[in-house]
Amino acid sequence: MSAARIDAKQSGRWLGAYVLVYVIFLYLPVSLIPLFSFNDSIQAAFPLQGFTFEWYATLSGNSALSGALANSLVIGAIAATGATLCGITVSYMDLFGRSPLAATISAIARLPILIPGVIVGISLLILVNLIGFGPSRTAIVLGHILVALPTTVVIMKSRFAAIPKTIHEAALDLGASDWTTFRRVMLPLSLPAIVSAFMLAFLTSFDEFIVAFFLAGTEPTLPLYIWSQLRFPKSLPTVMALGTAILAVSFVIAAIAEILRHRGLAAAQRPVPANLSKPEETERGELQWHST
Amino acid sequence: MATPMSTIVARQPLPESRSSTGFRLAMLLPGGLVTFFLILFALGLVVFLALRGNDGSLLGAGFTFANFITVASDPLYWTVTLRSLAIAGLVTLATVVTAYPVAYYLAFHAGRRRGLLLFLVTLPFWTSYLLRVFAWKIVLAYNGVLNSALIESGIWSEPTLAFLNTPAAVIVTLAHAYAPFAILPIYVALDTIPKSLLEAASDLGARPFTSFRRVVLPNSMPGVLAAALVVFVPTVGDYVTPALVGGPASTMIGSLIQAQFGKANDWPFGAALAVAVMLVILAVVLVVRSADRRFGSRT
Repeated sequence: MSAARIDAKQSGRWLGAYVLVYVIFLYLPVSLIPLFSFNDSIQAAFPLQGFTFEWYATLSGNSALSGALANSLVIGAIAATGATLCGITVSYMDLFGRSPLAATISAIARLPILIPGVIVGISLLILVNLIGFGPSRTAIVLGHILVALPTTVVIMKSRFAAIPKTIHEAALDLGASDWTTFRRVMLPLSLPAIVSAFMLAFLTSFDEFIVAFFLAGTEPTLPLYIWSQLRFPKSLPTVMALGTAILAVSFVIAAIAEILRHRGLAAAQRPVPANLSKPEETERGELQWHST
Repeated sequence: MATPMSTIVARQPLPESRSSTGFRLAMLLPGGLVTFFLILFALGLVVFLALRGNDGSLLGAGFTFANFITVASDPLYWTVTLRSLAIAGLVTLATVVTAYPVAYYLAFHAGRRRGLLLFLVTLPFWTSYLLRVFAWKIVLAYNGVLNSALIESGIWSEPTLAFLNTPAAVIVTLAHAYAPFAILPIYVALDTIPKSLLEAASDLGARPFTSFRRVVLPNSMPGVLAAALVVFVPTVGDYVTPALVGGPASTMIGSLIQAQFGKANDWPFGAALAVAVMLVILAVVLVVRSADRRFGSRT
């Protein structure tokens, strides 16, 4: 028994070292973008040439860039609102609607995980051309609602499932209508998850390239602007400065969203016995069912 | 029978069924619109278009299987499809194999560091995919980070072109970009293995490795399969990474679809390629499903 313990401890240490290397490797390539964004050279190569803010200075006063930024912000806000609204209603009806239609909608809403972005892009491209407005910011909003939908559905479903059923039943027994139960009881209880879902949906849209590529008209989003700049070696440092800013914003928003999500789940589960801890597991298990 | 919103919120208790119907309708509407119209109808359009001839108009003309016949008979598409499958398969394998020990550590050894580590491995997941791929471009380029670092440290004297524009570059880049996708499902599967099973194994005299091979590994297979699926699907249809770091020798099926809807401007043919990709993914999903059932799905 004790030999096994020591064995386990030792293998734990080796694993720990591996995990450390893994995490470093996970962050290393991306961390080069901020590193070289301060490098006083047009090439991303060693040795470093000296420290400069020059590339960040080129970001201001660039009207194409600020236009793309404005597009990304507007599209992200609207798409995140739509995806969150759908995530809330779809998962709520899936859990409390007791109807096969609601369960079907919930299953289909998670389908975009199993569709490569290129196919989501072309299917919506055909659709928006058929409707008539064609590639445009509206088209990108529709695409990003789809891309963010699995995330918001999974987050909201795990949150609603983590609220003890008794609370929902108590509200109904005390005479609250379905709508009142939803609005006055279930929504306030899941507010952190709603904020978290909105933020992650916003990030998904803000960073999304694959689908937006097909659906953009004359007004590009930020990732499309970056893509257009990648052709010019001269604009490489500017792209890195811009990338650094985007990475910083993404990290902050994602960090807040993740903290909110876990806080919310932890708070909801504290008074609940072990058998109800399942929702969080499914949620963690399914959350990565989402493609960027 | 639709009840207006205002009556639903009214204080006066309504007959259960009326309030219920309006509420249900309002709650099912947004999700229903998105799923049936944006997902199912739009996918239906792709299948429809795949069966049409290209006459330059939006929905093509006439019904034909010509697009599918071309896809199936032209060796180019076989080559590219097989290459996509090989690349996506290798990426999936690399991602899952490297992620498994991390998930194992998180589930059994992380202790107090678990929260922080989970946070660290999830975070890159929410950063820009384009930037993650772009980072590899600057690493692998001729005048790039890796070449200059190797020369700087005296290992090599000349920069090499061997890194960029190879299928290997695509595999490394994709494996890295999708690494965070694989850890969580495996972790969840490992974490939900009842501790009593492990205790039983060791009580019955199983060595740690035996109990890993006979108890932990089979019980974590649903997570491994889920991880494989979420990595495989986006990689098999990817066109960004081949375009940025792959070069012409690593054209993937996603690149061909993108070209049909862009430069080549043959939408019906592009739609047929897309349908072919969906069929491949469907086959993979079915295989994974049946394997999952064999291991006794818990998710």
